[in-house]
Amino acid sequence: MMRVMAGAAMALALAGGAVSVQAADGKTVAITAIVEHPALDAVRDGVIAALDQAGYKAGAGLTIEFQSAQGNPATAAQIARRFAGMKPDVIVPIATPSAQAVAAATRDLPVVFSVVTDPVGAQIVKSLDAPGANITGVSDMAPVADHLALIKEIVPAATRVGVVFNPGETNSVSMIKVLKDAAAKSGMTVVEAAAPKSADVQTAARSLVGKVDAVYVPLDNTVVSALEGLLAVGVQSKLPVFSADSDSVARGAVATIGFNYRQVGEQTGAMVARVLKGEKPGAIPVEMARGSDLVVNAKAAAAMGVTLPDSVTKRASKILP
Amino acid sequence: MSDIAFFGAVEIGLVYALVALGVFLSFRVLDFPDLTVDGSFPLGAAVAATLIVAGANPWAATLAAVLAGAGAGLVTAVLNLRFHILHLLASILTMIALFSINLRVMGRPNVAILMQDTVLTPFYGLGLPEHIVRPLLVLAFVAVTVLLLAWFLSTEAGLAMRATGVNARMARAQGIDTGRQVGFGIALSNGLVGLAGALFAQTNGFADVTTGMGTIVVGLAAVIVGETVLPLKGMVWALAACVVGSILYRLAVQFALSADAIGLQASDLNLVTAVLVAVALILPRLKARRKTRRAAA
Repeated sequence: MMRVMAGAAMALALAGGAVSVQAADGKTVAITAIVEHPALDAVRDGVIAALDQAGYKAGAGLTIEFQSAQGNPATAAQIARRFAGMKPDVIVPIATPSAQAVAAATRDLPVVFSVVTDPVGAQIVKSLDAPGANITGVSDMAPVADHLALIKEIVPAATRVGVVFNPGETNSVSMIKVLKDAAAKSGMTVVEAAAPKSADVQTAARSLVGKVDAVYVPLDNTVVSALEGLLAVGVQSKLPVFSADSDSVARGAVATIGFNYRQVGEQTGAMVARVLKGEKPGAIPVEMARGSDLVVNAKAAAAMGVTLPDSVTKRASKILP
Repeated sequence: MSDIAFFGAVEIGLVYALVALGVFLSFRVLDFPDLTVDGSFPLGAAVAATLIVAGANPWAATLAAVLAGAGAGLVTAVLNLRFHILHLLASILTMIALFSINLRVMGRPNVAILMQDTVLTPFYGLGLPEHIVRPLLVLAFVAVTVLLLAWFLSTEAGLAMRATGVNARMARAQGIDTGRQVGFGIALSNGLVGLAGALFAQTNGFADVTTGMGTIVVGLAAVIVGETVLPLKGMVWALAACVVGSILYRLAVQFALSADAIGLQASDLNLVTAVLVAVALILPRLKARRKTRRAAA
């Protein structure tokens, strides 16, 4: 009898699963996030908003399916299989484990990921410029190119940018690689100074004096934890220090540009719309998150001998006195 | 439910069946509540993925993952047996230590092997679609494990282990070294969990430090659902029940994922899964009670 009951429960499960809805002639976009929290929810809402702007209205021709793995990669894997079986027009995985699960589950359905910091390192795409296959998306790597442009805008004569980083931190190593590529594109050079321990940060910063026109602080735990030593070198040598994160600006770096997750979602949604219109994901280069939240520290700028141009102060979303 | 979703659920259920078998060994056979599995599952994934990225043979990497899991289990057993730390606490200590160790093993929170060769790669070329090949291969691992475990538990050594779990004092009186039985049993249990982790990494293309969260709950649920569905009829059946329970649990999750059709939302997933499992557990009991009442009348 027990087995009969279990059989009934199974049949119910199968029947229930088959009810999965799909608009008759419209498009279906299946979104999954590894977990629900404000930043990732903002990405999802951004995707939906951008699709709406592009003429794909949720509920009117566009079916949006959303699943959260509630922090569990095994559930993420199951959601990936479910989406692969649903055959939606585009799958949008948010964050690295979800994107990897979806990449493992399908090799032909179009996939546009979001907030994967290092999509090449995560083996979701073979290269950023030509992802090939069925996958592209938006990386939430700090908007390094925007940062270089900001440095150029505030210090127009800058051609050599110094960077202090710990070669033992995977994230900052991949960030330095992106920084070098971006610098090469804008005709700048990157001068590296290694700081394997936080005690080495100030020495590494001093080694850059005279060799560079500005210093850039990447998202590197070692360097950020010993930031004050580096900032002191900047003040003493009138060498402006820029950073990748806004907390460091509050501590005394000149400026940064950050993104908010809603914007990253909108950027992703615009890409999803291109795929819905028929573009092949593999032919769309992976985009780095673009930022517009400009934060400047006027006091630090003065102490490091730079004048903030009006274009920057007018655009700033936050000016620290 | 589509084919891909159905076979996906079966595949992940089979991977977690190895966890259920490990949990069956510790909880049911040895009566040792062991939470190490929340750490040894991602440890298996981390060891296998890191070795595969370093160019190791995937089979060797999988074996290393089993040994790493067994080592973690041994640490818990030693903390309990040698230093008399309560089993629950000993396993919690190992579990939290493993979080840091897993980060050390991988060097970062997530190691990808989406583009590397795994133990599954040679089988992808045999003409069957990937979503069929994966569960078949995991099934082979599970079937071999069930047979080996059933055989082991019927040998004299296995009987000594079972006796240790049932009544340690009596077992000692019979000349059984109960400490060695617990040590070996917990190591074997976590070795199986490490194998599950290694297979999870290879079927899904990544190891992630968060993969362990809730492994023990899933393993226990599988054991209990299995026992409810397949009544005990000897050791092979008990082990098979763990496998069936694990697959049913994953089908329940798969159903919960489709529950938006009846007005539930994504954040209700865990609740729906829990309710489905609870219903599976309660229904047979209600049925049995009605039967006895009818018999009484």
